[in-house]
Formats: sequence, structure tokens, C-alpha cells
Amino acid sequence: MAYDKFNILKTSAVPLPIENVDTDQIIPARFLKATERKGFGDNLFRDWRYNPDNTPKEDFALNNPKYSGKILVGGKNFGSGSSREHAAWAVYDYGFRCVVSSFFADIFKNNCLNIGVLPVQVSPEFLENIFAAIEADPETLLEVNLPEQTITLTTTGEQEHFDINDYKKENMLNGFDDIDYLLNIKENIREFALNAPL
Amino acid sequence: MKKTLFDKVWDSHVVHKIENGPDVLFIDRHMVHEVTSPVAFIGLKTRGIPVMYPNRTFATADHNTPTINQHLPVSDPLSANQLKALEENAAEHGISYWGLGHEKNGIVHVVGPEYGITQPGATIVCGDSHTSTHGAFGAIAFGIGTSEVEMVLATQCIMQQKAKSMRINVNGELNKGVTPKDVALYIISKLTTSGATGYFVEYAGDVFTNMSMEGRMTVCNLSIEMGARGGMIAPDQKTFDYIQGREFTPVGADLEKAQEYWKTLSTDEGAVFDKEISFDASDIEPMITYGTNPGMGIGISKGIPLAEAVEGGVATYKKSLHYMNYSEGEDMIGKPIDFVFLGSCTNGRIEDFRAFASIVKGRKKADNVTAWLVPGSHQVEAAIKEEGILDILHEAGFELREPGCSACLAMNDDKVPAGKYAVSTSNRNFEGRQGPGSRTLLASPLVAAAAAVTGKVTDPREFL
Repeated sequence: MAYDKFNILKTSAVPLPIENVDTDQIIPARFLKATERKGFGDNLFRDWRYNPDNTPKEDFALNNPKYSGKILVGGKNFGSGSSREHAAWAVYDYGFRCVVSSFFADIFKNNCLNIGVLPVQVSPEFLENIFAAIEADPETLLEVNLPEQTITLTTTGEQEHFDINDYKKENMLNGFDDIDYLLNIKENIREFALNAPL
Repeated sequence: MKKTLFDKVWDSHVVHKIENGPDVLFIDRHMVHEVTSPVAFIGLKTRGIPVMYPNRTFATADHNTPTINQHLPVSDPLSANQLKALEENAAEHGISYWGLGHEKNGIVHVVGPEYGITQPGATIVCGDSHTSTHGAFGAIAFGIGTSEVEMVLATQCIMQQKAKSMRINVNGELNKGVTPKDVALYIISKLTTSGATGYFVEYAGDVFTNMSMEGRMTVCNLSIEMGARGGMIAPDQKTFDYIQGREFTPVGADLEKAQEYWKTLSTDEGAVFDKEISFDASDIEPMITYGTNPGMGIGISKGIPLAEAVEGGVATYKKSLHYMNYSEGEDMIGKPIDFVFLGSCTNGRIEDFRAFASIVKGRKKADNVTAWLVPGSHQVEAAIKEEGILDILHEAGFELREPGCSACLAMNDDKVPAGKYAVSTSNRNFEGRQGPGSRTLLASPLVAAAAAVTGKVTDPREFL
């Protein structure tokens, strides 16, 4: 089942300069009761974004009108904790198509790749520069170029290369899906299963 | 080529290799629960495809279930709807379903081993990060997202890049009052919550060799809390003895054949790990966390570290202490607490209840403490009763609840109120994890018991 294709994304970004942002913050467990994938963006960072009486916390980046864009920039070890894909869904549903950090937790990163959100890992120094640039000018544009595997801070031209394996890159560029791939080798799987004791 | 335990199990499950891409890995057993599966089943419906191997798939309800009055209808309509969805999906696809009220119902990572679904050398996945628990048997077990749940339902395979390998050795003898939970919290405090990201960990050394199967499960369970994809321990006679006679364990000639294979599952002498770390068992004391991630743990007799002594960002560290309403340098001993939670896939097994009972026996629950004691399964619940532990708990003023994940993630009504402190035997102390605004101190069942009878953070060694 295809998802959005990703090629080049040039947009402003929302900064979240906090380390170890865990998936319980991205989407608290009490919002995991849905049986369909919709509406998770409303509860993205719910408890950092809203007071208990549901009024917005004005100092939180998502509530600050000066920040916008399709890229979320987070501190080191972004997405740690639970395997809930709901966290990636919430990021996507809110409108982000790319998350930038100096380090990602494994499962969150996989979940993002599986739904068409591009995780871009940069050096700690470059991450600091991005945060500084956005702080100086919230309209700073970042350009993420998937074919070239580069991320550029357009104000200074500073650029870094990022890693993604060829298979996932193809999937992201074309909106391909792992399950379609696997269904095409189902006979190999069936043969393998014959020798896999239960 | 010398192979690690991880290599042996992984390599024997690769169906197909993609150049500069992931491996297609065959999954022997897939465990499913109500929270991370509904969207995966919708995906199958949309594609018009069935579950490929329903007999390799096991479903239980645990995350979102009440822990009292389970015989009554679930009152929260959203939770009830999610449970109903799993029941219907399981029925439609011919998957065995151990729902609420079923004798085999319980936390997925507790019932898997109990019924022999978990076996050495197997690949096991579940839409839950604590799937790493099953690595205690020498299985490769890890948590996956919902897209991957759909992938495994549809094709019994997953696409993953092989992780790097890390061995963590702990040798020597553990001190009095130091439990498997303390060993794990100690390791995480040294490695931080991201120290093992990208790795699959093998635990080796005297401490793990001497540890019970349940203790090994606790340690492997917490592997994800240092970022590891999973953790595993080589199977030995203790493992084989534990497995024997369980419902899904092979019997007769099949068992003999299986055991022959299981005995080959250890790291070859001279195999090289990408990273190897060693600790001395005697350095470990009962642990407690003071912050908002599981890496923020210290020996219970120690003070909260100063920001300048901590690796990582000072702002993040201070934010964390602010949330906990703690200050740098303060002692943990004596800090007042409000709730105690004994349970979860980390510490909800019979040995955990025995440990808890060993301290509360002949004592009384502190008046200021609300205690939730939640067995991991009906089997654990039955053992608590049979062994007379329930009587000990009752005499000390505690009640036993019914099985489920409960206050570990507080999806049900077991929520710690905002601002309150809970000493919890679970696995995560993230902000709001046990309820919006709740403050969690992770610890062992012994530390939880000591806190439950004193109403404050207390060194359990005083009672041993």
C-alpha cells in the first residue's frame, strides 16, 4: 500500500531542543485506544502542549505561532521508549514529513520509515547550528534532499550528508511498501517455513 | 567463522537478503495485543489478504484491561471497543485469543514463557518494546511497530537490518538485597537510555548464569531501556528445565531433537562482538531512579547527582528534576511516597511476589500508601494463593488485583494522580507514564516492599 512519495523538502522547522524525547511524550498511552489510524495529530505532545484543563501551554514550540513547517527538529535520542507506531502517526498526522535529530531510537526510526516520515540524523554540531539558526530566525528554511541524501541550512549553505539504506530510500522516493515486496516473495517464505519448526 | 549466539539465531532465520538493505527475517512466533494490532488488521482487510500462519500467532488482551471486576463488562467504551476488535480479528483469522476472563489471560510477556510459546533459538516479535523479555531463553525477541505487525501477520516475515552485537558481562557475587532488577537498572544507569541503541545485547557472566529464569526475563525485559533492540542469554539446563512440560513445548522425540539444537545456542569461544562491556557484581546495590528516564538511576544510599556530573544536556537534566520536584545532591532515602505498584512484564512474576512478601510479612502497609499489586497472569495469581502469599499480603493490609499491564502505562483506570510519587517495579519513569503528572521511582520488588511498609524511600537491606 503506497504512502506519500518523498523527494526534496524545503520548509521552515519547529525546534524541540530537548534530549531523550520519549514516545510517551510524543503520544501519551491514554490516547492509544483508537482502533483506526486517525486523529493522532491532535494529541501529539499532548501533555507538553496543553494544560490539564486543555488550554494550550504558550511556551511550548507547537503553540508558538512563530514556528511552523514540515520538519520537526529534536534533541539527541529522539523517540526512545515504547514501540507504539502511534508516535510516528501523530508526527505525520500533525503535518511533519521529516524529523531531524543527532540520534534516534531504533524502533521509532523504523516506524517513521515505514509510514513515510523521513528521519534525518545529523552531527551534534550541525544540530546545534540548526537550533541556533531557527532561534535567530524562525523562518529559516531547511532543505532535505533525499535523492542526494543531504540536508542544508539554507541561510548559511551549511550541508551534511545523511545515511539511509538503498532499499528504504527507493521506498521513500516511490512511496513503496515493505508488505508489497514481501508478498512478491511469498513462495520463498512458504518454502522456508516448511523447515522452521513451530 | 566464530559466531555469537545472536548471529546463530539471526542467520538461521534469514529468508532473503537485500543488498544495502534489510534482511527478510522469518518470525517463528508472533504475539499480538489489543493496542498495537487493530490498524494492522485493517491493513490486511484493505489489501484483501489473510493472516499467513495463524498457528504462529497468539493474541492476548493486557494493556487496556481493568484489574478489578474483570467479570463485569469493561466500562470505558473505547477500551471495550479495542478489546472487541481484537476478539473479532482473532476469530476472523483463526488466531487463538486469550481475552479477558480466559484462564490463560495475562501480560503477553508473562504468558508467552508460561505456556512454552517462548523457546530457545526462536524469533519472536510483538507490537510492544518489552518483547525483549523472551530473550531470556536464547530467543531473538524484539518489539515492532504496527506496520511491522501487519507485515508479520501478512507474511510471517519482517524486514530489518541486522543489529550490531554487544556483550555485557557481569561477574562476581551479588550483594544482599540486590535483585535482577537492580542489575538491569545499574547497567542502564551506566550506559544511559541510548547507550545500546543499534545493538542486540548478550548478557554473560556468573551473575546471569546463577540467575533464575524469571530473573533473566527481568533483565532481558529492560534491554530496550538502554536503547537495545533486544537482549538475550544463552540457554542452559535451567532453561531446558523451565520449558519442559509446558503446553506449547515439544514432547518426546521432538523435544530431544529440539534440545540437541538448543544446546548449540551459545556464543563460540573467540567470537567477536562490536562492543563488549564488563561490570563487577559487587559494585551493585539496590537501585532507585530519581528522574524521568530509566537511565537516571542510582544506588539507593546515594544522592541525586549534580547536573555538572551528568553526561548530556544540563537543561534536559534540570527539566527532569524540576518535573520530579527534586534537587541535585539530595538523598533518596527518606523521600516520601504515595503509591506502590508491584507488577508489569518486568516484575509481575511469582518470584517478585515472593520477594515483596518476604519484607511485608509481619509488617503493615503504611497508611499514606496506596498499593496496587497486580499479578502478571492468572498462573501467577494462582501461585500467590497456593503459596500462602495472599494471606501474608492480606495480613499486612494489601489487596491483590487481577492480571494486566495496569499502572505500568496507566491506559486503564490504574492512574497515579498528578504530583504523586509512585515506587514502581515497572520499566519506565517517563513524565506522565503512570498517569498525567505522575512521578515514578523505578525499583525492585524489595525496594517497593520497603517503601510500602514505611511510606518513604527505604533501604530494603534494613529488613533482610
